Amino acid sequence: MNANELTIAAARDALRKGDLTAVDLTMSCLTAMDAGDGLNAFVHKTPEIALDQARAADARLAQGDAPAMCGIPLGIKDLFCTKGVPSQAGSNILKGFRPEYESTVTTRLFEAGAVMLGKLNMDEFAMGSSNETSCYGPAVNPWKVDDRQLTPGGSSGGSAAAVAADLCLAATGTDTGGSIRQPAAFTGIVGIKPTYGRVSRWGIVAFASSLDQAGPMTKTVRDAAIFLQAMAGHDPKDSTSANLAVPDFEAALTGDIRGTTIGIPKEYRMDGMPDEIEALWARGIAMMKDAGARIVDISLPHTKYALPAYYVIAPAEASSNLARYDGVRYGHRAKLTAGDGITEMYEKTRAEGFGPEVQRRIMVGTYVLSAGFYDAYYNRARRVRALIKRDFELAFAEGIDAILTPATPSSAFGLGEMASADPVEMYLNDVFTVTVNLAGLPGIAVPVGLDRRGLPLGLQLIGRPWAEGDLLNHAHVLETAAGFVAKADKWW
Amino acid sequence: MLDLTYTLPKPRVIAGARHDWELVIGMEIHAQVASNAKLFSGASTQVGSEPNSNVAFVDAAMPGMLPVINEFCIEQAVRTGLGLKAQINLTSAFDRKNYFYPDLPQGYQISQLYHPIVGMGEVLVEMSPGVARLVRIERIHLEQDAGKSIHDMDPAMSFVDFNRTGVALMEIVSRPDLRGPEEAAAYVAKLRQILRYLGTCDGNMQNGNLRADVNVSVCRPGQYEKYQATQDFGHLGTRCEIKNMNSMRFIQLAIDFEARRQIAILEDGGTVHQETRLYDPDKNETRSMRSKEEAHDYRYFPDPDLLPLEIEQAWVDDIAAQMPELPDAKKARFMGDFGLTDYDANVLTADLESAAFFEAVAAGRDGKMAANWVINELFGRLNKQGLAIADSPVSVAQLGGVLDLIASGEISGKMAKDLFEIVWTEGGDPAAIAAARGMKQVTDTGAIEAAVDAIIAENPGQVEKARANPKLAGWFVGQVIKSTGGKANPATVNEMVTRKLGL
Amino acid sequence: MSIDTDTARKVAKLARIRVEEADLPALAGQLSGILGFMEQLNEVDVTGVEPMTSVTPMRLARRADVVTDGGQAGRVLANAPDAREGFFAVPKVVE
Repeated sequence: MNANELTIAAARDALRKGDLTAVDLTMSCLTAMDAGDGLNAFVHKTPEIALDQARAADARLAQGDAPAMCGIPLGIKDLFCTKGVPSQAGSNILKGFRPEYESTVTTRLFEAGAVMLGKLNMDEFAMGSSNETSCYGPAVNPWKVDDRQLTPGGSSGGSAAAVAADLCLAATGTDTGGSIRQPAAFTGIVGIKPTYGRVSRWGIVAFASSLDQAGPMTKTVRDAAIFLQAMAGHDPKDSTSANLAVPDFEAALTGDIRGTTIGIPKEYRMDGMPDEIEALWARGIAMMKDAGARIVDISLPHTKYALPAYYVIAPAEASSNLARYDGVRYGHRAKLTAGDGITEMYEKTRAEGFGPEVQRRIMVGTYVLSAGFYDAYYNRARRVRALIKRDFELAFAEGIDAILTPATPSSAFGLGEMASADPVEMYLNDVFTVTVNLAGLPGIAVPVGLDRRGLPLGLQLIGRPWAEGDLLNHAHVLETAAGFVAKADKWW
Repeated sequence: MLDLTYTLPKPRVIAGARHDWELVIGMEIHAQVASNAKLFSGASTQVGSEPNSNVAFVDAAMPGMLPVINEFCIEQAVRTGLGLKAQINLTSAFDRKNYFYPDLPQGYQISQLYHPIVGMGEVLVEMSPGVARLVRIERIHLEQDAGKSIHDMDPAMSFVDFNRTGVALMEIVSRPDLRGPEEAAAYVAKLRQILRYLGTCDGNMQNGNLRADVNVSVCRPGQYEKYQATQDFGHLGTRCEIKNMNSMRFIQLAIDFEARRQIAILEDGGTVHQETRLYDPDKNETRSMRSKEEAHDYRYFPDPDLLPLEIEQAWVDDIAAQMPELPDAKKARFMGDFGLTDYDANVLTADLESAAFFEAVAAGRDGKMAANWVINELFGRLNKQGLAIADSPVSVAQLGGVLDLIASGEISGKMAKDLFEIVWTEGGDPAAIAAARGMKQVTDTGAIEAAVDAIIAENPGQVEKARANPKLAGWFVGQVIKSTGGKANPATVNEMVTRKLGL
Repeated sequence: MSIDTDTARKVAKLARIRVEEADLPALAGQLSGILGFMEQLNEVDVTGVEPMTSVTPMRLARRADVVTDGGQAGRVLANAPDAREGFFAVPKVVE
């Protein structure tokens, strides 16, 4: 086994025992990263930074007081601002942008000794479910069934592909409507979106501020616990960050869920759901039951309205968040012709810099906030959002500890397959995941099996607010029971 | 005390070709909060710094940067609300006002449209003794200032500086209760005075720390009363907003010009279009702002980077308990306690420093006399030299010392003025100076009696005349005072001359 | 709600995104489709439901009134497409 194939937990133990050095581990990942160019996962490589950090990690390890993430090579989603390193959010409008600051998440990770291998591909401004809206071209799923290239999902597609292909031990992702969980499910890895407010948003390029939340994408649930521990915590620079202590997530992985109650929401049994997904879900339910949990049918009656509410709220916030990309202070500015004034500069810059999907969402958001439509669309969507959150609150109030659902309505689809589809069809990818963002809850995707074609499928567990430890423990039980160990055959 | 019985000022009437017109004016005052740091960042609010040096990354709207509110600014908004007898909203919220402009880096201004921190309040604007307008304040909200665009440094480019971007402003919105240019200026002056008393805004209009957007419309006599009765704006004319006025004089000129412009349009059978205009002081005219020509749709929505702002009643109560005495109350007290005239009380309460100086001088002394001396001698001298009260070379103790010498009869009023001049230029203790320079009046009756006797003895002819015509006794008084080098107390001399001449 | 070409043009203008005249009908069609999808929200009875203000209610954090930032004009201007004499330069703006 090559070092880059290790889990965080295994690498941590080997590093601490001295069986492995951070430099060797990093070299192994850098080699894999270079060999993985065909996946188009890494879009900006930072080998010098990685080796510097690895050497520093080895020094700390030698002193014997290294934190768990010390010396662990990671990929960082392009949405995170990393000081002096291109941070483009997958967009041409941020071409050449090198922040003068470091995001809170990466700062925490680096302080814990983690190693950055480079920046990872993603859908432009995290708007997409297939990585195809990226200005770098799509990342490619390491999983394949025939000659066709498949999407790793999105928006954290580069992160998912890189982790699944062992180019790094783990990666950061962000999740606004499913952008961690859907690609995790498409690539057979673990991805958790924490409770809104658990992880600082400072220094992460904003898509939809009330929904965005960063989280880890890892090979195992244990790794997710270790990684999340290092990312999470109160940040006075983010007004929406919760001033709550971060519990020991890894210690929560007892493997014992006897006596807990798992809710199965009937509204997630969608019309036309593939029988494979249905069967996977049933298997998951059986596994939880076998582990000693009580299974209860529950109702989350407003589930159906989550997607339309999401596609009002997220574009509305995005239309405002993305107004700052105007060609004045950073990034792309269009070449102007004689007679062009400030308005032409804005309009040309934004038309050239933003891709079609981002433009579309900005315009949808602009429309729903405009005079005369604000109440009909935006305020109505916020009211529906309150109802969606209440659905969950009522379920939890009845003693539900976690909710088990499918993670995605299908396995990974082919790149280009949805090219001619209506934008709304692509949005349906988020059908099982957006509710969690709207309600601010933690949700985790766990790989559970393969479909008939041999592609990974995942299930989602949804937890109570701030109960990531408990959620991770349930995910750990599901992971253990499922025993998913399959890896993509290396073709790249 | 301020259940003042005042009458309303007469609205300004402009005679048109066919009938009279009246003015209706409402104002939005932008008052910069007197804070060290900006509303949502830790960058300085200091003026006069190098361009873009007082800029945090969040002020420049760098990707991923987030706002965190400055607690002091919240407190100042509450304090201002309390000072305007306004309702304090324990829950308020921040909204984004979206528009594109180079000096607005986020592409939106964080403001409070739907839930402002301060609700209805009022300001009493006095126009002359007993004549005042009670102006209703609709709301006060906190918002970010924009940056500064400089258009004259390059022929083809505008240059943008974000030092001012994100500085906290209180927008104080009035109802359309003002009826003329003078009232509008008096309203700004009164608001400025209150803000300075509260210490929430320094009121520096030249630096733009206090500026006004003025909404002007005209209507036929009688229409305004209909509006007041129904609060239906339909009774009023279409308004135009004159942006960014930072001089009392220009506010008046701009309103006058704008009203006449609108009247001319209406009398010509035209329609006034609601628009934003800019006042040009060089040409004394208002013109439409091209950048604001297109209809705006600000797409306000709650800022998702910020949670609703909840404040506690106990905190508001604490702020209320620390409120200073405000101008109206102080003026009433000065009139009541010191017997000052309306005019003198106005002058002395114009700002806190003057009022405090006066009160210290007046303590234990005659209030009217203290007021006369502070206003006529001290302020007169300060104005002459362009000095502020804080820079006065004459201290409270020194001016008080001069007044004490007058009160005890030790120096005359005329000598006191000389003494004041000496203290102003040379400093020192007034009593010691008076003694050292022999400025004290002679009140020793023995010495005066000797002088009176000597003059009478030397001038028998004059004695005869005075006995025939008692009015001529004044000549003896003058001679006696002259002979004592001006130090004899005139009252004492007068009494003695009258007695000795047997008048 | 169906979006016509005029509305699409207006929205693009408001969003400061240049859209060629020829592309407006297609854009209008896509926006109509998306907004049509949102029409489902009208089925929900939202009587008496307040719009959500924050998904995880908590006290808004405050900062003290202390200058802790700034003095970094060089870093602020570092990524500017056009910076001159310490300013950001943009095509002339007419007020």
